Amino acid sequence: MTDKTSHNTPAVEVSHIVKSYADKAVVDDLSFVVNRGEIFGIIGPNGAGKTTTIRMMLDIIKPDSGEIAVLGERLREDSKDRLGYLPEERGLYRKLPVMDVITYLASLKGMDKRAAEVRADELLEQTGMMPHKGKKIEELSRGMSQIIQFIVTIIHDPELVILDEPLAGLDPVNADLLRGMFAGLRERGTTLILSTHQMNEVEELCDRVLMINRGRQVLYGSLDEIKARYRSNSVRVGCEGKLGEVPGVVAQRPHRGYVELMLDDKTTPRQVLEHLMGTGLTINRFEVATPPLNEIFLRVVGESRHE
Amino acid sequence: MNKTLLILKHEFFHTLRRKAYIVITLIVPVLALLAIGIFQLVSVIIQPPEVEITTIGYVDEIGGYDGYTVQGRIELVPFAATEAATTALLQGEINEYFVIAPSYYETGVINRYTLEKQLETPSDIAAAIKRFLTSNMLTGKVPEATIALVEAPLNLVATRLTETGAPATEQGGWGNLLLPALFSFLLAFSIIFSASYMLSGLVAEKENRLIEVLLSSVSTRQLLTGKVLGLGATGLIQVAVWLVSLPLLFNLASSTIGGFFSAIQIPANFVALGLVYFILGYLFFVVVAAGIGAISTNTQEGQQLVSLMTMPVFIPFWFGSLLFIYPNNPIWVFLTIFPITAPVTTLLRLGVSDVPVWQVVVSLLVLALSIVGMLWVTIRVFKTYLMMYGQRPRIGEIIRSLRRG
Repeated sequence: MTDKTSHNTPAVEVSHIVKSYADKAVVDDLSFVVNRGEIFGIIGPNGAGKTTTIRMMLDIIKPDSGEIAVLGERLREDSKDRLGYLPEERGLYRKLPVMDVITYLASLKGMDKRAAEVRADELLEQTGMMPHKGKKIEELSRGMSQIIQFIVTIIHDPELVILDEPLAGLDPVNADLLRGMFAGLRERGTTLILSTHQMNEVEELCDRVLMINRGRQVLYGSLDEIKARYRSNSVRVGCEGKLGEVPGVVAQRPHRGYVELMLDDKTTPRQVLEHLMGTGLTINRFEVATPPLNEIFLRVVGESRHE
Repeated sequence: MNKTLLILKHEFFHTLRRKAYIVITLIVPVLALLAIGIFQLVSVIIQPPEVEITTIGYVDEIGGYDGYTVQGRIELVPFAATEAATTALLQGEINEYFVIAPSYYETGVINRYTLEKQLETPSDIAAAIKRFLTSNMLTGKVPEATIALVEAPLNLVATRLTETGAPATEQGGWGNLLLPALFSFLLAFSIIFSASYMLSGLVAEKENRLIEVLLSSVSTRQLLTGKVLGLGATGLIQVAVWLVSLPLLFNLASSTIGGFFSAIQIPANFVALGLVYFILGYLFFVVVAAGIGAISTNTQEGQQLVSLMTMPVFIPFWFGSLLFIYPNNPIWVFLTIFPITAPVTTLLRLGVSDVPVWQVVVSLLVLALSIVGMLWVTIRVFKTYLMMYGQRPRIGEIIRSLRRG
């Protein structure tokens, strides 16, 4: 297997794209880069322009202005074979049998029929869908057809996989199955772009994120970096016994199993830790508190609404 | 395999398996077979009724009107006086009577008496009385053959000559029109069905977002070309089934229904031109349907827009009788060249009269250019509006975006 991360160019490079419908900008001067081999999250509220951005990346629709390079070049007919796409709302040929749908859509990605059948069998086996191989799509449950659509997305071993709300509507078992498959793809060096508004999915899976609201970039960078940027000046402490008064701490917020200490502007977490070590208390947990992405998301979206 | 070819193959086999397609393809020969069967059955069950003889009385007050008393199904019975004739009429022995008065030679008036309330004298009775009077008046004065000629003075036999003065191979007439009329009618139907397949297929793929998966694998041009050609191939098969079944049905029909079908002629160049117009007409409407599919938000809305486009296909049929009277009117020339009406109009005109070569050439050229133009517009409309779910763009907006390119 070739190492898909070894290329020099980014997986996706988007520069200043704009798309308007009826004079309303749906995507407004958006720029970002997706590196090879990473899982990149595009997040934002409904109607933020996530799907429109993805469609422009896939050359399904044209941007009014701006440039997009996918896998190092402007997307061409033959380079589409190197990417896989799972749209937000799933649809397959309802009247056709599972295998026919998979092999037809795989053939459009340049696979020959025999290779597609062999790989489809492997993926059907891996996802536990083998017993449904001969059924028509309309006979499958929503979750099952979603799994089939995911198989269609990755069957040709693409270098770049774009997934729009991939876990929406899946039961926990199937969601877990797909998460495992995402991890497998990443290990093989595949670049994954995940568009979602489920913040827990992003925290769990993504290396870097782009947050957009009303078509504009509001946050962009690595998850750790963003969390650090938005952290409040507080620490979480779990200990045996009573903490008592801690210098530089303006408030203590007890939670189940830990206490959150709010520090004043002059105090650092290190100073608090040193103080606590000196008290002789048994410390089980000490961490700099970072807000969950959900909170950052709400805060940023709230801020941009007030602008 | 080339991706356009893959889509073509998929659309072709997918459509071939559609129930609606199978039903419509088979319905033409099956209905025709059924009609022939019913005709045969009815003609066996219902024996032709005995011809009912109408008895008409007459009173000859001049004398000498005693021959030619059987005129087809009308029998003329003499009465000596009007009273006797009236009695016979009232007793139902005769249906009516007329009187040849002594003043007839001066006035030409024949008085007719009947119990029926009528707007005017039925034409068959008037014709029978006329023949009876003429024949009796001329008896003995001119030869028998002359009397027959006076009764039927015209048996017009027209011969069409070529520019060299030799009789033309194609002589015209109703037999010449039948096949073009039938073919163009089937073509019109086939166009409507295919446009409808294209639209419903596209809108369904749009509604369930499958189109996004397809367009992430192929270009708009590949997708549209594959779909149009795939549907075109199924349309060709449909018309081929109809055309192959037609001669068989005609043979069957002429052995049962009668001599009319033996008079059928195929106009010169009709097969070649029919095929070319079929393919071009088909491509034009399917491409138009694809464009409409791109801007339609649901199948119902799309079908209404497609109907607006396909309805004019039938214009030549609506005004068919005018075509027979004025086949070379400028309006027909316009309809021959206008791409929406061109296929059906030209094929129909070929059956009625000669269509000048320049008109056929211009018509084919305009049709071919329209297809290329429509494909260009459709691809652009597709790229711009395909993903606008739930709202249809206004015409002005589409034109603006086309200008922007």
